[in-house]
Amino acid sequence: MNASYSTYRALFDVSFSVPAGTIVALLGANGAGKSTVARVATGLVAATSGKVLVGGRDVTRTAAHRIARMGVFHVPEGRGVFADLDVEENLRLALRRRVGARHLAEAMERAYTTFPVLAARRHQQAGTLSGGEQRILSLAGVLEAAPKLVIADELSLGLAPVIVDGVYEGLKAIHARGAALLVVEQQVDRALSLATHAVLLARGAVHWQGPPQQARAEMEELLAAGYAPPV
Amino acid sequence: MSTLLGYVLPGIPYGCDFALMAVGLVITFRTTGVFNLAFGAQAFGAAFVFDLLVRSEGLPVWAAFVLSVLLLSPAVGLVLDRFLFSRIATTNMTAKIVSSVGLLIAIPQLLPILFGGSPRENPPSLWLDQAHVEFRLFGTAVNGSEVSTTVITLGAVAALLLFLRLSPAGLEMRAVVESRRLAQLQGIDSGKVAASAWALSSVMAGLAGVLLLPLSNVLNPTNPLQFTGLLVAGLTAAALARMRSIGVAFGAAIGLGVAQEVLELYFPNGALHTASVNAFPFIVLVGTLVGSKSLRSLGFRADPMAGVDPPPPPPSVSIRDPRLDVPMKWGFRALIVAFVVSGLTWVPGYWVTPLDAGLVYSTIFLSVTLITGASGQLSLCQASFAGVGAFAAGQLAAHFGLPVLLGAVVGGLMAAVLGAVLALLAARISGLILTLLTLAFALMADTFLFQYSWSGGSGTGVSVPRPVMGSIDFTSNRAFLVLALVVLLLCILLVALVQRGTTGRFLAAMRGSEPGAASLGINLLRARVTVFAMSAGIAGVGGAMFGSLYSPVSADSFVYEISLAFVVVVITTGSRRIEGAVQAGMSFAIIQFLFTYAPSRFQGLTPILFAFGALNYAQHPEGMVEYQKSRWMMRVSRLLARVDGRRGTAPTALAAGAAGNGMAGGVVGGSAPNGAPGLAGSPVGLSSGVVSPRG
Ligand SMILES: Nc1ncnc2c1ncn2[C@@H]1O[C@H](COP(=O)(O)OP(=O)(O)O)[C@@H](O)[C@H]1O
Ligand SMILES: [Mg+2]
Repeated sequence: MNASYSTYRALFDVSFSVPAGTIVALLGANGAGKSTVARVATGLVAATSGKVLVGGRDVTRTAAHRIARMGVFHVPEGRGVFADLDVEENLRLALRRRVGARHLAEAMERAYTTFPVLAARRHQQAGTLSGGEQRILSLAGVLEAAPKLVIADELSLGLAPVIVDGVYEGLKAIHARGAALLVVEQQVDRALSLATHAVLLARGAVHWQGPPQQARAEMEELLAAGYAPPV
Repeated sequence: MSTLLGYVLPGIPYGCDFALMAVGLVITFRTTGVFNLAFGAQAFGAAFVFDLLVRSEGLPVWAAFVLSVLLLSPAVGLVLDRFLFSRIATTNMTAKIVSSVGLLIAIPQLLPILFGGSPRENPPSLWLDQAHVEFRLFGTAVNGSEVSTTVITLGAVAALLLFLRLSPAGLEMRAVVESRRLAQLQGIDSGKVAASAWALSSVMAGLAGVLLLPLSNVLNPTNPLQFTGLLVAGLTAAALARMRSIGVAFGAAIGLGVAQEVLELYFPNGALHTASVNAFPFIVLVGTLVGSKSLRSLGFRADPMAGVDPPPPPPSVSIRDPRLDVPMKWGFRALIVAFVVSGLTWVPGYWVTPLDAGLVYSTIFLSVTLITGASGQLSLCQASFAGVGAFAAGQLAAHFGLPVLLGAVVGGLMAAVLGAVLALLAARISGLILTLLTLAFALMADTFLFQYSWSGGSGTGVSVPRPVMGSIDFTSNRAFLVLALVVLLLCILLVALVQRGTTGRFLAAMRGSEPGAASLGINLLRARVTVFAMSAGIAGVGGAMFGSLYSPVSADSFVYEISLAFVVVVITTGSRRIEGAVQAGMSFAIIQFLFTYAPSRFQGLTPILFAFGALNYAQHPEGMVEYQKSRWMMRVSRLLARVDGRRGTAPTALAAGAAGNGMAGGVVGGSAPNGAPGLAGSPVGLSSGVVSPRG
């Protein structure tokens, strides 16, 4: 894919795949274009050229809400919940379309049992939750909705390490239910400990991709090279 | 006791009328994110069509109701969403207000053009007859329209409450208001949800309009905004409900209706009556707007997905070859000289008045430029300030024999003091709420400040004589032209000094971000008080000139609709530059004059013309006229650059940047002021566009 923000070009021939059931770590410095990849994949930003395939289906020109209904979940950077709605309403919004009105109540109860933090805060406005609780709320909506692919954008950003542990537990639970994960991170070690494949992004292009064990060395090299633009 | 009840009971249907307005405002705000000032206008439009269908077309009431409220109203809502509000970013509060003001002006003016302008009496009632007494309660007669208004309002409010709280669609609407993108990620078709929210809100407006019909005995398409009292009460109840709770809005509206009736009981007439009955809703409204904490933070909830959209292109004003500055400046001066000479000599007499008016309007519009252009703050009471100036000059001349020009200065000072008071009251609020506060002030001036013989001259108006300075007599329209020009130039000088000085820089910083400006140690309050006072002062002086031109003037010349029109006109022609005010004043006066040749039903086309310009505010915040002008400037710049290239001289960086970028989307070349956005001047497809991650 290629992508740009009005005149500013952000992605240059980025290409990789996330096979079913795998965890891919998308790594790169601040501004490398990781979030843009996530946005193009879920239809929030239009690709200027190239293709996005989900399960073999071309979704490059598909509207974001349709891609979401296909089972592709994007947990965005920062606040990913509706601050004006309470916890219960956020969950209801996330789940009703995916599990159907009939199974909604059960799904919500399951979410509350998996994440007791949320059960205690059912009627609290989501905007008043802590950062960690907000991420958990996003993941709870994803977990119960039987996703095919989850794109998690910098879930660890701004959280204390203990809280990050909790959030990553949520991610693992989602993976355990059979979803493929694309984990976007700046905190390399976290993502690599989980991943089966790593993609290294630099200045809007794929600098390297391969097994996670080698990713560290590649990153060091990239740093030493002063992030020279890929040739 | 029973007398008290006798006043409480009729207060309830009255309150229901208020409630329709208040609940409509709240539900529109909650489901679309727009504080739709045009709600009342939409209601009036639907009511008008309903009346037309029943009486002219002879349709049964139910069929007219289905057509006007259930079909036409939502269609209008869908059009508004499709062509206007869906194009405005969720966080662009100013664009939303400007658009609703544009609609508020355009819709009522469209009606007489479409359906003719003759007033119609005794409009039909939706359900039960107005004249028929249904039953007596504690000795008070309750008529049919009171019953139907109360019952239908209760039903509608209950249905809306349940809908928003419990239905999935209501939940989705609330989510989409907060962030369209985030909702899309949940599989919600945000575009469709927003469109249905507009349809719903418009049905609500239609219902309100049809229920309110019996309230007005005469339906006058040329003066449709006769619902001022309704707007005030609706605003007050919506503010009391913090724009959030439908239940509170309903309760507050009923309370206001009852309170007004009870006040009528205790102060049946005299000065106390006017003071209490008229001032009461304003005290509540202003108190709530100024005092409520949750209103203060309203609309500041940022869209978490705002980072997805590229930043809007900087206004194209900034693209101008510096070599054009000198010719432009001299051209402008030559134009002024030519204008004065022509005005004094060959221009036919009947054309001089519109030219006078153009200069006077330009002066008043400068006050809008100062406040809206410099600080980005929307003020909806500039005509009221103008009224203060006009009435002060007139009254001082009549009672104390003060020379008119001196009176104009005193009037300007009085307006300035009022402006400063308003700014001090608004010390802790901004954005939408500040705008509503200025609207409240305008409505307050309409409903009672200008209604006394010592202010607006009640009925006959106030005559403001033409100035005479010793042997120089400005009585003739031609002589007045010179005076108006001098006043305008003095005001321009003042505004230019402010914009260039420290205060101007503070204001520019405030336009970017108020918290940001505050964190730089800028004393926001002082800057704001200065700009409000100066702007009000200029409006006051301009108003005095206006009064002198059109003497006698009454409160009708300075009602809040006029303030709205002022803002819309200036925004269309360009509020960022001083030239914009002059362009606005001259074109407004001249176009208005030209339309006097058209049939009377087309008189409303002038405001409509400008209102449509304002509807483009989101795309062109610098103003439609200014945008077109700078496109021409671009062409000239490009031509200059090409000539330079042929001559072999190095083109200036600016011309090159401008030429290279091709203007298409209004994208700025290398000339962005303070060099801010990193994207300026980087042509598509160059990897130099990617910022070095370490740099
Ligand atoms: N809305 C936007 N408008 C313009 N440029 C943007 C926008 N969002 C991101 N960018 C730019 O695109 C590049 C990639 O951004 P992003 O994908 O957010 O990087 P990352 O997530 O890796 O930090 C950055 O240089 C950033 O400045
Ligand atoms: Mg990012």
